Amino acid sequence: MSHVTFIEANGTEHGVDVDNGVSVMEAAIQNSVPGIDGDCGGNCACATCHVYIDPKWAPLTGERTQMEHDMLEFAEGVEPNSRLACQIHMTAELDGLVVRMPESQH
Amino acid sequence: MYFSWGDPKMATAFKQSDDLMAAAREEAFSMPLDKIDVSDGARFVNNTFWPFFERLRRDAPIHYCAESKFGPYWSVTRYKDIMAVDTNHAIFSSDAHLGGITVADMDDDFILPMFIAMDPPKHDVQRKAVSPIVAPANLAVLEVLIRERAQKIFDNLPINEPFDWVDRVSIELTTQMLATLFDFPWEERRKLTYWSDIATSDPDLPGNPNRQERQVILLECLQYFTNLWNERVNAPPAGDLISMMAHDPATRDMAPMEYLGNLILLIVGGNDTTRNSISGGLLFLNENPDQYEKLRQNHKLVETMVPEIIRYQTPLAHMRRTALQDTILGGQHIRKGDKVVMWYVSGNRDESEIENPNAFIIDRARPRQHLSFGFGIHRCVGNRLAEMQLKIVWEEILKRWPMIEVLEPPVRVSSSFVKGYEKMMVRIPG
Ligand code: HEM
Ligand code: FES
Repeated sequence: MSHVTFIEANGTEHGVDVDNGVSVMEAAIQNSVPGIDGDCGGNCACATCHVYIDPKWAPLTGERTQMEHDMLEFAEGVEPNSRLACQIHMTAELDGLVVRMPESQH
Repeated sequence: MYFSWGDPKMATAFKQSDDLMAAAREEAFSMPLDKIDVSDGARFVNNTFWPFFERLRRDAPIHYCAESKFGPYWSVTRYKDIMAVDTNHAIFSSDAHLGGITVADMDDDFILPMFIAMDPPKHDVQRKAVSPIVAPANLAVLEVLIRERAQKIFDNLPINEPFDWVDRVSIELTTQMLATLFDFPWEERRKLTYWSDIATSDPDLPGNPNRQERQVILLECLQYFTNLWNERVNAPPAGDLISMMAHDPATRDMAPMEYLGNLILLIVGGNDTTRNSISGGLLFLNENPDQYEKLRQNHKLVETMVPEIIRYQTPLAHMRRTALQDTILGGQHIRKGDKVVMWYVSGNRDESEIENPNAFIIDRARPRQHLSFGFGIHRCVGNRLAEMQLKIVWEEILKRWPMIEVLEPPVRVSSSFVKGYEKMMVRIPG
């Protein structure tokens, strides 16, 4: 199990514990964290799981894939630390991860 | 109360459609696989295409049809395989010059450049220019306008009198939504519907304008919009689509045909699809009285019902791609240049991905798990706008009436691309 903290655009925090291997998108959906839609079920195909990675954690979450990059082209409010939460899978190393959510997924 | 859906006339209609379906099932499961051609619009008119897809999903999920009205093509019918094609734009191209995005090739002499039928990088640039119109802040502004206008339509519907829901409600609402989006001259808004119908009409069908007539009409459309453009390019930037395109550096130097292409894309993209979802929703609730009752008991279910309507309707039955290189898909060897059709209408009924897919259930746990908007870089730009329009429709209906009756089976569109209704007679009991 690892811990993830989701911070809504309005500052509300949600801490959840999830099994390693689970994606950050699934972690939110499984725990009914609002603000992540995940329409495509984690196929990197809808960009409704957009999050901002806390700078401290950025080096550990890796790089965007090409497809992720292409999908993020069309998301709202993309920043250098934007990622698609379905493309980040929890590991022991990521225990304690903090991500922020945009105003809206569209 | 009078329930037409249970009336003897309807019972006869149901019996006829059951018989037709039984015959279609028999045919679908006995005919040689290589003879199956799901692109035939005729089966969409009488709604008997379903068992053919069921057979393909079971026996030949990546299926080659060597001969059809549209030439040879591959059919992809399972949810997962469709997702794989839709997300692989490097191999599966949408380019108009290779044939475009429907099983029918685009007309070579008159290609309208539109970003739905382009690959990156050009697709990306143009999509980005248009997408702010449906950004959350702008949607909120549009919502107020669209709701006010919808209320007027509903307040003027006849009570206790049969009328055509498609014309009076679905077309009118959708046309108004588009007119709002473009800030189009209000009194002339039905021109939008007309152009959309012309753009998607099959020039080979008798009664439709032929290729040349079609071009003439679409060029008139271009002229009309060019006038609007000229007006707005000289005015301060505003929130409507034409103004946005006229002022955005990515689109303001568009060639006339490209402008026309993108306009037609927005009109067509938002027109038939939304219209047919508005009609479809009412039909499904009549076909499923238990769901209608559930909705009457809890109006909040509109939220999850809307995406379910869109799944169940699947307003665009397919999208097409062209292979840019040889590739293997589900064990089949696809060759460079082959036409590959993703049948969303089939994937949305794939039992291996969606539980109880043939049932219309308005409170599914994950109602947005469907293919109707496509996935990947071409995923529908208007998806939240379409949902908003449907949400308004159902909220306003429920505020007014507990029941709207469909009086007879709807007349369906003859197309394996636009899946929808020509006419649907209804009555609001008074
Ligand atoms: C229920 C309603 C709707 C359905 C089912 C629908 C369906 C689709 C589908 C399947 C695609 C994907 C095309 C592909 O993968 O090749 C698409 C793209 C598109 N749709 Fe929609 N649509 C709907 C409503 C709208 C509305 C209201 C608008 C307009 C404002 C719109 C504008 C577009 C545009 C511009 C594209 C092209 C996106 C791109 O190529 O990047 N659609 N739509
Ligand atoms: S869930 Fe669709 S892109 Fe992440």
